[in-house]
Amino acid sequence: MDDFHNSTLRQLAAGLRARKFSSVELVGAFLERIERHQAALNAFISVTRSQALEAAREADRSLASGAGGALTGVPIAHKDLFCTKGVRTTCGSRMLENFISPYDATVVAKLRSAGAVMLGKTNMDEFAMGSSNETSYYGPVRNPWNPALVPGGSSGGSAAAVAARLVPVATATDTGGSIRQPAALCGITGLKPTYGRVSRYGMVAFASSLDQGGVLTTNAADAALLLREMAGFDANDSTSVDVAVPDYLAALGSPLKGLKIGLLREFFDQGLDAENERQVREALRVFESLGARLVEVSLPHLPLSVPVYYVVAPAECSSNLARFDGVRFGHRCENPRDLNDMYRRSRGEGFGAEVKRRIMTGTYVLSAGYYDAYYLKAQRVRSLINADFSRAFESVDVLLGPTTPTPAFAIGAKTADPITMYLNDIYTIGANLAGLPAISVPCGFVQDLPVGLQIVGPHFSEARVLNAAHAFQEATDWHTRAPAGYA
Amino acid sequence: MALTREQIASIAALARLELSAAETPVYQESLSRIIDFVGALDACETADVVPMAHPLPGQSQRLRPDVVTESDHHADYQPNAPQVAAGLYLVPKVIE
Repeated sequence: MDDFHNSTLRQLAAGLRARKFSSVELVGAFLERIERHQAALNAFISVTRSQALEAAREADRSLASGAGGALTGVPIAHKDLFCTKGVRTTCGSRMLENFISPYDATVVAKLRSAGAVMLGKTNMDEFAMGSSNETSYYGPVRNPWNPALVPGGSSGGSAAAVAARLVPVATATDTGGSIRQPAALCGITGLKPTYGRVSRYGMVAFASSLDQGGVLTTNAADAALLLREMAGFDANDSTSVDVAVPDYLAALGSPLKGLKIGLLREFFDQGLDAENERQVREALRVFESLGARLVEVSLPHLPLSVPVYYVVAPAECSSNLARFDGVRFGHRCENPRDLNDMYRRSRGEGFGAEVKRRIMTGTYVLSAGYYDAYYLKAQRVRSLINADFSRAFESVDVLLGPTTPTPAFAIGAKTADPITMYLNDIYTIGANLAGLPAISVPCGFVQDLPVGLQIVGPHFSEARVLNAAHAFQEATDWHTRAPAGYA
Repeated sequence: MALTREQIASIAALARLELSAAETPVYQESLSRIIDFVGALDACETADVVPMAHPLPGQSQRLRPDVVTESDHHADYQPNAPQVAAGLYLVPKVIE
């Protein structure tokens, strides 16, 4: 079998179990693809070739003895904000250029114990703050569909790697759209689970009430398998929720007949590119043909989600990133005059421009005299947005809409104006504010660039969201398209 | 609302961030625009609304028994520090 990169995760796992090929062969083939395309895409910050081959040999021994888990021997990449013991974890920042994590994130440990073999750590916006992967200290990632364009962000490296078939699946995180937006812009499938579904232990924190780990794959069934292996309660994460993990993969295949789909009126607004809208509306017709019923719903406070986010997320960021003090880990400036000089210059040098902008925005909205006017106000509006979603889910099973207003944009096109960049997440932020599971799946092309459809469900309805995405992918083939040069 | 240079300097000092002379006007401009942008929230009536601090309604901070669960990882953590000696983390002199 020499077509590994066009196989699904499930096919690869089954092939390994049937001993049709070895993990060493499989991992070697993907490492070769990564190395061949790294210069063009810059999708990886670290490639862990020798550790990967060693883990593959161990997987092969395990498979030979009839042992092994659901993912034994299959390759995976981790976004470089999941801590990996003994392997550099940079979070896309100069601040952590030399940080070797002394422990594994829970997600990393769970996937390793399920048998997955890590091939490397993927590029990302610095500290996950960005929507284009242009804020990475390690250089921008390029979109495999067109190297002049961004892959989206912040999980741009994971998305580009999966889209270019450099790795079958990758982990990612989503604070305001950082899984779904790059999935849409790269033509792949990206699932952000319910807040608390996947442990945040060992994920470098950005905005703790919004951050959630998830997956980037080429299809919903692979996402179901991967989520099943990485979800679950973790005592090490105080916001982890003790709710049983269903077998998401086994739950796929339920008919959509009678499914009530809410069309988010606010998502089909004037900001939505007309061609994008046409593709999304075509996708809605597919759901109707599968027996789903469409009703229009309105979430009146949803248009305020971007301003709420740009108070809440920077506030939490400024608090979380206070830990980078140049003392215990991370960058330290040369020859500090005194302690304060060391803090200020270490942080001034270690953080990039966008991270500094968010730390300062957060510092401002939390500072004396402004806390009530900005932070508390935003938390109140966040309650209203959450209530809008709860009301909508009283009458519909899932909500559907576009993932992004436009397809991928040019590198450099939005860097001059932070507000323009922030508005790219206008359709994704709501699910983070309300802690809801949401998936983006490819639903067509505009001028040869992929377009994403977003499906949002109530808390802990990942099985329903994945089932709807899977049914759509059974009826369409958009998710099977690979960019030219990577097929 | 236009933030002044002095306000930017004060925010940067609170955040322990050294800004270059070239950076200050850039942040002055962009932070002013962001503060204007989030000002859209003012128009929303929220007098009786409880602020939302946790994305899952009804969830509260989980507590655990007050027992030691961690072992000593000092030796694992020291290699990541910029400057150590004799097992201690070194910082510039604080007390004369």
